[in-house]
Amino acid sequence: MTAPDDEPAEVALSAADVVAGYLPGVDIVNGCSVEVGVGELVGIIGPNGAGKSTLVKAIFGLVPVRRGRVELRGRDITNQAADQLVAAGVGYVPQNNNVFPSLTVAENLEMGLYLRTRALAERTAFVGELFPVLGARRTQRAGSLSGGERQMVAMGRALMMDPTVLLLDEPSAGLSPRFQSEVFSRVRSVNDAGVSILMVEQNARRCLQVCDRAYVLDQGRNAYTGPGRSLLDDPKVVELYLGTLAQA
Amino acid sequence: MADADADLVAERAALAEAERTIAPGSAARAARDVLAEVEPEPGVAKPDPILVVEGMRRSFGGLTAVDVDHLEVQRGAITALIGPNGAGKSTLFNLLTGFDRPDHGNWSFDGRPLVGLRTHQIARLGLVRSFQLTKALARLTVLDNMKLAGQDQAGERLLPALARPRWRAQEAAIEGRADALLERFQLSAMRSQLAGTLSGGQRKLLDMARALMTEPRLVCLDEPMAGVNPALTQSLLHHVTGLRDDGTTVLFVEHDIDVVMEISDWVVVLGEGRVIAEGPPHTVAKDPQVIEAYLGVADEENVG
Repeated sequence: MTAPDDEPAEVALSAADVVAGYLPGVDIVNGCSVEVGVGELVGIIGPNGAGKSTLVKAIFGLVPVRRGRVELRGRDITNQAADQLVAAGVGYVPQNNNVFPSLTVAENLEMGLYLRTRALAERTAFVGELFPVLGARRTQRAGSLSGGERQMVAMGRALMMDPTVLLLDEPSAGLSPRFQSEVFSRVRSVNDAGVSILMVEQNARRCLQVCDRAYVLDQGRNAYTGPGRSLLDDPKVVELYLGTLAQA
Repeated sequence: MADADADLVAERAALAEAERTIAPGSAARAARDVLAEVEPEPGVAKPDPILVVEGMRRSFGGLTAVDVDHLEVQRGAITALIGPNGAGKSTLFNLLTGFDRPDHGNWSFDGRPLVGLRTHQIARLGLVRSFQLTKALARLTVLDNMKLAGQDQAGERLLPALARPRWRAQEAAIEGRADALLERFQLSAMRSQLAGTLSGGQRKLLDMARALMTEPRLVCLDEPMAGVNPALTQSLLHHVTGLRDDGTTVLFVEHDIDVVMEISDWVVVLGEGRVIAEGPPHTVAKDPQVIEAYLGVADEENVG
């Protein structure tokens, strides 16, 4: 877990001075800038309503970017449609409603690969190795899975396309502590396998522990930026954004 | 090292200070003292149960999601329901509150059998729930979402609805209660926004605030802290203990073990639909079966 002191050498994904929002005249993200270096695992934390999820949705073209620029490996991808982004190598796992409940686990994974069906066997094996539980439940309908298992199906499906950058919106939400640890270590191993990751997390402590670098967003802007560990050690960050409950 | 935007951080610090000045609920330890006398074993009887579950089963195809022989929830206490993903916690909540029907079994609330009752009938008796995935009405304002949950509104009936002076006072009282709850959950600034514009965490808060509009006697909270920023968790915990101190019984599903340890008077552990353990939080946390099934072996929090 090396944390480079200066800017990462090669940038996989960058969002510069992004302004975005749902309703006309209401900006949720208000001039945010984030960068994910090639091979980097980057976290975004912050209070409720800070605009974390909205920023990730804006990067993925689900919320209009009003100002600013999003680039994938130097190429402008601002406001591109989701299918183009997926084809270009951006994967996205939403927070809720992220599986097709009436399809089986195997079919859900297959749906993730409809643009590149020839790689099915290889990608299924890759995903099955990361999430063994999906193998055991491959013929079960996704709608009958527990919340945690659905999250894994959703992550697995995004990985089917072998993305360059994976956007995760609260992957640990709704998981038991044991699964949370598992998911964070899976996120880490996906990253070790070469996928750059931008992850929004509410479980700020865990997030900072696994991330190379992190951004703290507040009111749609960058409040803090730094290596995960140095944010964890910053008393001001702890007091204002992490809470002191788990410290005892 | 970490770079900071001083203005934003100063603003956040002022907010945190304001939050701290909200007085926490009085430390009503009565529930814990009563429960200290109870044997920590699955299905044990409580001195004053508000909710009693008897032989409740629910299967989906070949999978038995809930199979609870006997479970009692102590009145006036905070009971946590924990267990691994897929243990049947949310299904049990659905069954208790009428959102799903059991294959077998009985359950009663305050001595009144609930078998066959619909969700709204159960809610009127004083047993209300919140959801893991929020259910706010996106096209109504935050305030209207709250007011909608007010009980027995005169304006709901056709004839009285035409005579506004007759329900103006009630409307004002409901709005007052709604505003007080919104304030408590830090949603006042968004009261006239459409609920659909709230962030995930804010919807969570709205969901909980709305459940409290009905002044329930037993409130079931499905992962109330999930998706809520950790700095706000602490003040939310005060609100939950405050509810208990005001006499409301709380049953909640939660994965954050620190939260469970901090506020619950009693913990029930589900595993594959069955009650595998129950007891005071610190007794349960030492149960090897619980550690194995739920907590996992290594707690990464303590590594480095």
